[in-house]
Amino acid sequence: MKETHAIRRRKAGQFMDSFRKNRMGMTGAIMLCFFLIMAVAGPLLLPYNAMDFGVADDVFAPPSREHILGQDDMGRDVLRALISGARISLSVGILSTLISMVAGTFLGIVAGYSGGKIDVLMMRFTDVFLVLPWLPLMLILAAVLGSSIWNIILVIGLTSWAGTARVVRAQTLTVKERQFIERARAIGAGNGYIMTRHILPNVFPLVFANTILVSAVAIISETTLSFLGMGDTLHPSWGMMLHYAFESGAASIGAYWFLLPPGLCVVGVVLSFTFLGYAFDEILNPKLKKR
Amino acid sequence: MKSVMEASALHVHFKARGSFIQEIFSNHQKKVKAVDGVNIQIGEGEIFSLVGESGSGKTTVGKALLALEHKTSGSILFNGEEIPSGTGKSSRRFRQKAQMIFQDPYQSLNPRDIVLDIVGEPLVVNNLIKTSAEKRERVIEALGWAGLRPQEEYLYRLPHELSGGQRQRVAIAAALILNPQFIVADEPVSMLDVSIRADILRLMVEMRDRLGISYLFITHDLSLAWLISDRIAIMYLGKIMEIGSSELIVGSSLHPYTQALISVMPLPRVTKNKKRLILKGETPDPIDLPVGCRFNPRCPVVQDICRRQEPELAEVTPGHQVACHFPKKLLVGAP
Repeated sequence: MKETHAIRRRKAGQFMDSFRKNRMGMTGAIMLCFFLIMAVAGPLLLPYNAMDFGVADDVFAPPSREHILGQDDMGRDVLRALISGARISLSVGILSTLISMVAGTFLGIVAGYSGGKIDVLMMRFTDVFLVLPWLPLMLILAAVLGSSIWNIILVIGLTSWAGTARVVRAQTLTVKERQFIERARAIGAGNGYIMTRHILPNVFPLVFANTILVSAVAIISETTLSFLGMGDTLHPSWGMMLHYAFESGAASIGAYWFLLPPGLCVVGVVLSFTFLGYAFDEILNPKLKKR
Repeated sequence: MKSVMEASALHVHFKARGSFIQEIFSNHQKKVKAVDGVNIQIGEGEIFSLVGESGSGKTTVGKALLALEHKTSGSILFNGEEIPSGTGKSSRRFRQKAQMIFQDPYQSLNPRDIVLDIVGEPLVVNNLIKTSAEKRERVIEALGWAGLRPQEEYLYRLPHELSGGQRQRVAIAAALILNPQFIVADEPVSMLDVSIRADILRLMVEMRDRLGISYLFITHDLSLAWLISDRIAIMYLGKIMEIGSSELIVGSSLHPYTQALISVMPLPRVTKNKKRLILKGETPDPIDLPVGCRFNPRCPVVQDICRRQEPELAEVTPGHQVACHFPKKLLVGAP
């Protein structure tokens, strides 16, 4: 409906106004945009591909006019690897965050809304995931499931939902005590309807801010897994680049151009997600709002 | 008069949670008897008021009548049939016939929904409409009943863009949209500005006259109850102390508690030396009710028997029941 859109737009406008004033958020957004453009458009701009092995002289060749970031242990262009790695790293980060968001929100709302035994059971289950050391767990899961990119996404998603579930449950507990929930029950609404139509929209801002922070963690997790050799060799991410750089002794040779770019990119992306997450949290979480 | 809603021997008890240690060592669970044996009948097109202090269980009665609160025992008949408690088909039918208006219009409307969705929600939930044009049409009609005109102007507003009175009208429109037979109005005007109260009350009475809706009007304000209702019941700590037509209750009440309430009713005229019956002390702890009459620690005319035996509601004149061992008028010249 036309007017409904107008309201949505007005609310979005209010959000954008406070977002623009938030310096941390804007910094994060600009940084993230840079990486997104790099991931989406980058591969179209570069003439090299992954099979362009160089001759003996090209191995660990320092930056030159043709290869701005130098060449790697097999004489391939580092910038090309960096750009195609951006795609992998970002999509792994975002997809696994989606899994963790859906799982965490679902469990959090159902546990918080149902209460009683269901709540206790679900939260103990969440606690288990919360206290398990996630790195060894991920390593084991990746080893058992095999290191395809989909498994990595699944593994990261399955190990990172617990925090979201806790936050969502806490917020659900406060929302469900509000009177419009009772009103909904009085007009005959069922539990499923109340959870999706009334609770979800009211916890979503929090979920959103939390999700962005989770994606920062997801990207670090992916980098860690790949660096430790659990990555998908067919889809080389920044973590894989670091892994190869480390394996081939780039550090001892002094080939900084092979080590530094992927490392800085990981730091940059994680930082931008964190900035964004904190900014959203500040804008959307009424308790943190500055008056 | 045909009764629409009829509750008999209604009990609603809540578990009182003590400290952890207490819960381990005490072998009987303590209970708050929020509603402790209440009988009421509400007739067709009748406005029935339930008056009491906070904590007297009046809201719990209202919620129990709508199956929003689980009753411990007793029966609740709606049009002669026991009200359903689950979420089945009969429960849905019941929910369409019996609605609730809440105290706080700032709390009872979802802050993220527009008026069109709030008022139309009962239709959507109960699958009563097919198209959004139909919903819009019905919502506009309901907003008109609730006196929000021109309706188109309100359809796309969010609750925080409305005043308190407008919000309560939106809540009333949402309650009216299903053409209910019975409405529980839980302190519908106590959160509103005094200047709008009369409008909202007038609206409720008008709906009764036009659509024949019966109301259970819950309030702590006896003068409001007197103003709009046909019959009044006075509640104290989960029990009805006195029940009768509003003229009888306000004009010739016999229970000391009712008379204390009446003596502090503000009057629009200056009477010299108006006597007031001020009660001593606080409402007792509902977990440990006093033995005998539950009003005895605060009663100005307490006798020995009141500390031993609990008085039952007894008819003094037709339609006027009092739960007191010594029902009599205490102040001469009270309104």
